[in-house]
Amino acid sequence: MTDLSCDVLVIGAGPGGYVAAIRAGQLGQKTIIVEKQAVGGTCLNIGCIPSKALIHAADEFHCVKEAAAGHSRLGISAQSAAIDLSRTMSWKDGIVRQLTGGVAGLLRKAGVDVMTGMATVLDGKTVQVETGEGSVRIACQNLVIATGSTPVTVPALPFGGDILSSTEALALTEVPESLAVVGGGYIGLEIGTAFAKLGARVSIIEAKPHILPHYDEDLSKPISARLKALGVSLSFDSVAQAHDPQRGLLSVRKGDAVEQVPAEKVLVTVGRKPALQGFGLESLGLDMQGPFLRINDRCQTSMRGVYAIGDVTGEPMLAHRAMAQGELVADVIAGHPARWDKRVIPAVCFTDPEVVVVGMLPAQAKAAGHQVEVASYPMRANGRALTLERSDGFVRIVHEAKSGLVLGFQAVGAGCAELVGEFGLAVEMCATVTDLAATIHAHPTLSETLQEVALSALGKALHA
Amino acid sequence: MAIKTIRLPDVGEGVTEAEVAEILVKIGDFVREDDPIAAVMTDKATVEITSAYGGTVVWIGGEVGKTLAIGSDLIRIEDDASKGGTPEMHATADSAGAPPVASAPPDDALQQEAENEAPAQAEAEPPAAAAHGAQAAIASAVADANSLSADKSHAAPRMPDPMRVAPVRPEGAAVLASPAVRQRAREAGIDLRRVAGTGPAGRITHSDLDQWFDDGRQQEIRPGRGTASPSQPSEEIVETVKVTGLRRMIARRMSEANAAIPHITVVEEVDVTEIEALRARLNETRGDKPKLTLLPLVAAALVKARETSPKVFARYDDEADQVFYSSAVHIGIATMTDGGLMVPVLRHAQDRSLFDMAGEITRLSDACRSNKAKREELSGSTITITSLGPLGAIATTPIINKPEVAILGINRMAMRPSWNGSAFVPRMMMNISASFDHRIIDGFDAAVFVQKMKTLLETPALIFMKD
Ligand SMILES: Cc1cc2nc3c(=O)[nH]c(=O)nc-3n(C[C@H](O)[C@H](O)[C@H](O)COP(=O)(O)OP(=O)(O)OC[C@H]3O[C@@H](n4cnc5c(N)ncnc54)[C@H](O)[C@@H]3O)c2cc1C
Repeated sequence: MTDLSCDVLVIGAGPGGYVAAIRAGQLGQKTIIVEKQAVGGTCLNIGCIPSKALIHAADEFHCVKEAAAGHSRLGISAQSAAIDLSRTMSWKDGIVRQLTGGVAGLLRKAGVDVMTGMATVLDGKTVQVETGEGSVRIACQNLVIATGSTPVTVPALPFGGDILSSTEALALTEVPESLAVVGGGYIGLEIGTAFAKLGARVSIIEAKPHILPHYDEDLSKPISARLKALGVSLSFDSVAQAHDPQRGLLSVRKGDAVEQVPAEKVLVTVGRKPALQGFGLESLGLDMQGPFLRINDRCQTSMRGVYAIGDVTGEPMLAHRAMAQGELVADVIAGHPARWDKRVIPAVCFTDPEVVVVGMLPAQAKAAGHQVEVASYPMRANGRALTLERSDGFVRIVHEAKSGLVLGFQAVGAGCAELVGEFGLAVEMCATVTDLAATIHAHPTLSETLQEVALSALGKALHA
Repeated sequence: MAIKTIRLPDVGEGVTEAEVAEILVKIGDFVREDDPIAAVMTDKATVEITSAYGGTVVWIGGEVGKTLAIGSDLIRIEDDASKGGTPEMHATADSAGAPPVASAPPDDALQQEAENEAPAQAEAEPPAAAAHGAQAAIASAVADANSLSADKSHAAPRMPDPMRVAPVRPEGAAVLASPAVRQRAREAGIDLRRVAGTGPAGRITHSDLDQWFDDGRQQEIRPGRGTASPSQPSEEIVETVKVTGLRRMIARRMSEANAAIPHITVVEEVDVTEIEALRARLNETRGDKPKLTLLPLVAAALVKARETSPKVFARYDDEADQVFYSSAVHIGIATMTDGGLMVPVLRHAQDRSLFDMAGEITRLSDACRSNKAKREELSGSTITITSLGPLGAIATTPIINKPEVAILGINRMAMRPSWNGSAFVPRMMMNISASFDHRIIDGFDAAVFVQKMKTLLETPALIFMKD
């Protein structure tokens, strides 16, 4: 057994863990990061990046296919469209390799030791790692838990064979003839839409009355409409029951009726749960908050010197939240007066059309006791949206009636993901609708919708 | 040439001001980056402040004993033009978390006490609560500076206490400020809720913050309040000692706890013959584990007693009328140091073995005695144990470590005759004195807890029973 010691030991090299380690290294802390699989975690290897690569490939293929079918309104024609998904996957893997290689380089530059192996927590200050070259015991001053999350399973549909989690779906080398997606959250919708565009017959089965159940129906409606146009079938208030791999059918119960949905493959995306089991963490008896580790505004758990960041600490389980916490925790450990004081954590669904949610939804703002006003502006009034052939969707702004303080933004529309930066900045800077209306937005861009919605909030709309 | 200001950084959670314990530079001195320039003392620890820049000291903002608000100017440095540093008037020295100044090592007496087999950690201080708890720190930091007579004659002009300024926003209301303003406030230890925002929708701007600093500085120049000497006949005074630092903090904290909390104290006699025998046996076979004093055993008994008396292990926020219960047992261990009483916290006692507790208690008391205890190690306890060791009397009246609701005092052990029904037999006896916050703990609950502790300490096997 080799014995090592360090100031900061990070378990898990996802976006939370690797950012924490890089910053800790930059701040002069002797830092070790342990990862059992690949640097970059869920996000780089099997999450954000691979899914966005697949979505992009599917979009490109879909355009060519439309043109080949003579549906191009732009007058573009093409001979025939075909896709070799295995080549798409190796292109995607190349991106992942480039990015994970980049992260490894950044860790090295910051002087962080990366150790590959399974970490087991012995106590709050000691961790044992099973590496390829044997066991290593590491004593640390500060322990950062950044072990991320894993997909939730449905007992009737255990992963394996034709029942896929997002990980396997993002590695398919052939487009399945039919794909049933169980769970209409963002992950299922993103991957489901991509496969629909790649030519699979896709069905989405959602237990709640609409897709993206965390958001209001106004936001999900344009997506439902587009999915239907793409030939995706949607079942709401429905529960998947059992899969028959021989016949390629999934039985789905809705009320008293049971119907069969074509499903060569079944993608189960009913949520993710924090990865807190199987590596000795239980022995610390840390305080929990629901299924997650309870942390304070400095990412401290209930045990001194033990910190937690990323998906293990709760919703929203998103890469940029994990990164922000990673940076914070390194500052806290280095003794800086840092604490979590963000006003918002933006969220983007890369569905078609995309959805952006920043800050409070109208209902949330009302529930929080604000005197709320809501204004929205349709994409169809925006020149740029029309030149991109997409007029579906809208931008919505939630603000305080008296002061005009912006409390939240929502947008649905093709390409509107890129508006998220301005939304986030506006809320973080405590902008008012007047500030937004007074800022010149370049023409023609989708961002003009933001200025327009602010103008309508002030009752001074120009183009609506 | 540029003049750079080093401000008193945020030295830790919830602290709004700190007392200058030492100034390590003189005007005209040349300092390098990271050189120590001063030490300040909070209610929890002494923290060394280092210079964020190199250059010549041109102005010093404090004197020893003076209380400064976090964020106020500490020293100004004229830097070398040759170094070509960009002038930056209000950079904050970022040295929170710097190692505290080490003071003299514990004296021989203490050393001896530590080696003593006597019950618990030896102490030469009335059992009581020590400086501790963020809320208490805030409340007491301002309260009685002027009620201490020794202080009056020397009362230094003070910054307005940021916490004393009435909040301009109600509790829980959102603070509107850009991230840059928020960071600047955080580094200066300013609660933005106190700062008026003049921007749209009440947004706090950089100039609002500037204004806040300026207001603070103006008040600082005003002459101090009391200058009259205490009315003692002067010929009888042989020495006047200013009450400063930890002593002053303890003084305030004690009077605050004593004034605010209606104490009831229950004293009970405990036969510790068996637990002493157990301790002796465990020590014989301990190998290279740390030596057990009685304290870890008392801590283990406390953990067990929590099962039946959870109410006693609480923190009471009397301003918010809320009592907080936690499943964790964090035990404050009243510890004597050169500077006075400190209460480091044995965290998660419920998850520790006896020897682990013994080791941690030694580590914590060493850290306190060498002034190296971190703030986190000095806060968050849910109950406190205090002990006078061999100096301990028959009974004491421990003062509760606010915001806790109970404190357990351990008194001196002695061999006493005990009637066993047919004869007097020698038994090792010890009294425990437990005080309770009568606002939260009724007499009945207090008695139940004390009886439970007696039972556990007299029949130590019960401490380790799992039921
Ligand atoms: C399909 C998909 C798409 C997504 N798309 C987006 C998106 O578009 N935008 C977004 O913000 N988020 C997205 N997410 C979520 C995002 O990936 C996560 O929120 C993010 O990765 C969480 O980061 P983390 O650092 O907490 O954990 P992870 O990235 O999960 O990393 C944890 C790491 O810890 C390692 N580990 C665990 N236990 C041990 C142990 N005992 N020893 C050693 N190593 C261990 C794991 O191998 C893993 O690499 C997506 C997720 C999925 C699944």
